[in-house]
Amino acid sequence: MTEYKTPMMDELEKGPWPSFVTELREAAKGSAMAEDLIGQMEKSYEEKKGLWKHGGIVGVKGYGSGVIGRYSDLPEEFPNVREFHTMRVNQPGGWFYNTETLKKICDIWEEKGSGLFNFHGATGDIILLGTTTAELQPTFDLLSEQGFDLGGSGSALRTPSSCVGPARCEWACFDTLDLCYDLTMAFQDYMHRPAWPYKFKIKISGCPNDCVAAIARSDLSIIGTWKGPIQVRQEAVKEYAASWSIDRYVTNTCPTKAFYYDDEKKEVRIDNANCVRCMNCINKMPKALKPGKERGASLLIGGKATILRSAFMSWVIVPFMKMEPPYTELKDLIGKIWDWWDENAKSRERIGELIYRKGMPEFLRATGLPAVPQMVRQPRANPYVFWDQDDLEK
Amino acid sequence: MTAEAPKKVKTDIGPPNYKDMLSPVLTRNYGKWDYHEVVRPGVMKHTSETGEGLYTVRVGSPRLVSLTFVRTICELADKYSDGVLRFTSRNNVEFLLGEEKNVEPLLQELEEKKLPVGGVGNSMTNIVHTQGWLHCHTPATDASGIVKAVMDDLYEHFTHTDLPSKLRISMACCLNMCGAVHCSDIAILGIHRTPPRIDHERVAKTGEIPSIIASCPTAAIRPDPKNKSVVVAEDRCMYCGNCYTMSPAMEIIDPKNDGIAIMVGGKVSNARIEPEFSRLAIPFLPNNPPRWPEVVEATRNIVEVWAGDAHRGERVAEWIARIGWESFFKRTGIPFSDKHIDDFIFSIPTMRSTTNFKW
Repeated sequence: MTEYKTPMMDELEKGPWPSFVTELREAAKGSAMAEDLIGQMEKSYEEKKGLWKHGGIVGVKGYGSGVIGRYSDLPEEFPNVREFHTMRVNQPGGWFYNTETLKKICDIWEEKGSGLFNFHGATGDIILLGTTTAELQPTFDLLSEQGFDLGGSGSALRTPSSCVGPARCEWACFDTLDLCYDLTMAFQDYMHRPAWPYKFKIKISGCPNDCVAAIARSDLSIIGTWKGPIQVRQEAVKEYAASWSIDRYVTNTCPTKAFYYDDEKKEVRIDNANCVRCMNCINKMPKALKPGKERGASLLIGGKATILRSAFMSWVIVPFMKMEPPYTELKDLIGKIWDWWDENAKSRERIGELIYRKGMPEFLRATGLPAVPQMVRQPRANPYVFWDQDDLEK
Repeated sequence: MTAEAPKKVKTDIGPPNYKDMLSPVLTRNYGKWDYHEVVRPGVMKHTSETGEGLYTVRVGSPRLVSLTFVRTICELADKYSDGVLRFTSRNNVEFLLGEEKNVEPLLQELEEKKLPVGGVGNSMTNIVHTQGWLHCHTPATDASGIVKAVMDDLYEHFTHTDLPSKLRISMACCLNMCGAVHCSDIAILGIHRTPPRIDHERVAKTGEIPSIIASCPTAAIRPDPKNKSVVVAEDRCMYCGNCYTMSPAMEIIDPKNDGIAIMVGGKVSNARIEPEFSRLAIPFLPNNPPRWPEVVEATRNIVEVWAGDAHRGERVAEWIARIGWESFFKRTGIPFSDKHIDDFIFSIPTMRSTTNFKW
């Protein structure tokens, strides 16, 4: 095994934050791939550029996604990363693991790959970072025996992910883990066999705090919410009042001025008709306040990062939907959305970009969703309405 | 002679069921959690309607981890948290302890192993980031190295809860933004600044010309049928690199000119003010490995000015909404130029159409 001189990488082993270079070195003790990866990284640092070839299509039997091909630009110099492919492995919901399972994945990856992981990739998968073409199928077979499967990549449904949900959070307005698991199982084919104009992401957050950034990072954002009054436990209000100023930190920061605090009685009153359910007061006083009892989710569509036509945050399409198994209403709607998108989108056009190009009214007609004021911040400021023939006198 | 039947390929089994990944205390209290409190930096206590308590100890990780790291956290989980752990959406590890008596010994072991505990409440949490030079084929800069340098510098804000509110920093090594940094308090973003260099020999061989043309958001790419290639109207190119994603013959990487932009004031949560995009604060900083001092310094400056100036509870976006962008540039000392003014397709709502502004 070559030992590279790596003065730049060495610099990144200094300092208090856990170092990825230390992790690379740890992996290099048992993997020539990891050793050459360090060498190539040092070279990237010297030349200020990436040294991986562009693209490369590899995979496992029966799948069109889940593996990202990667080849070194300098295979002579770094032969052990000539092939350095990534496998995306679908994470368990909420990123919970028992150690028995994690150790099994470690054993497989020790035998079959570089011994390096990302916990986790940006979409949520476990990333097995670096193996050869020949080891892809055997690795998949071993993972499969342990109950794991690949995630999505390319123009497919990307691995759905959800927040920690009711497993450890008192604010989950529905069972995010169950919904995520249910949708993932129902849509396996769409994940594993790319057949669409482009990628489609689903993220599920149990409340408006949106811990998985669904509104920014997913084409379909499912975000928990409720109807009816916020539940108040006045005796707990008194506990908070004893240690800090409720007026200063809650009343004054309520975005719709719907929160009232009576300092004499040490009691809270909420103008629920004016509450927008932003979670601010609940976040500040978790022991005293809780989401209302009639719970479900808001559905929003079109979130994505900057490429191509600027970043979009998802737009409200269904203000409230109950989220209960078997989630038939949701799945029917998703089917309609995909049909319309698949039919109308150009190559590499995300659903948000298609809706922007065609107009939200056309999307609503195609999916049969009723237009409601909750969908917009304001109505249009122009009279340029596309009238239907049915609207006109014959 | 009968050929051996091919082994049946097992496909589409999906991920393991999350129910099999929960410890007994999590299963018993599933959906019954009542409230929580931050008991010390990096440690939360959740209390269930059943009366049971759960202690979460949050630990920073470099995201890129070795077998050794994973086995180490497994050992700790076996010892202290019923053999169960989880990861957060920002790549932290969480140990979920059913018993209070295990908290102190776990914290001690974590300290011995130099694993930082924090990232809960009014603190900075881990920086979500992309692959960079480590594994990506289109990066403008590295990701892990910048993240390491910034986290080292702001370390005390991870382990303490001394900030006005939570702080979410994200890093993406190019405009594809696999790290989706566009809604972060502070976004560190790799950028290109020169048009693609076209390898005419390879254009037709390595991609479809119509797809390359269609990939350009400003219609700067036109066909060049004579040469079976394309031409780029360089004055229309904004260096997004989308054509390079379509074809390796559209080389966008330029080590001399690639660098880093910093955007600020984004958020995803709905609490108080609405989710907000990050906006350009610093159009360009040099790509300066191994520790990117200019990026580290610029990030610290923004954090310090915000921390010193914001009201308690104010995210960066809320602070800026209150003081105004003109005050943001004044207070941070970041120079404002025409590069900050949007001239892409959704620019109109960003213009000031009122005489209400601050000096």
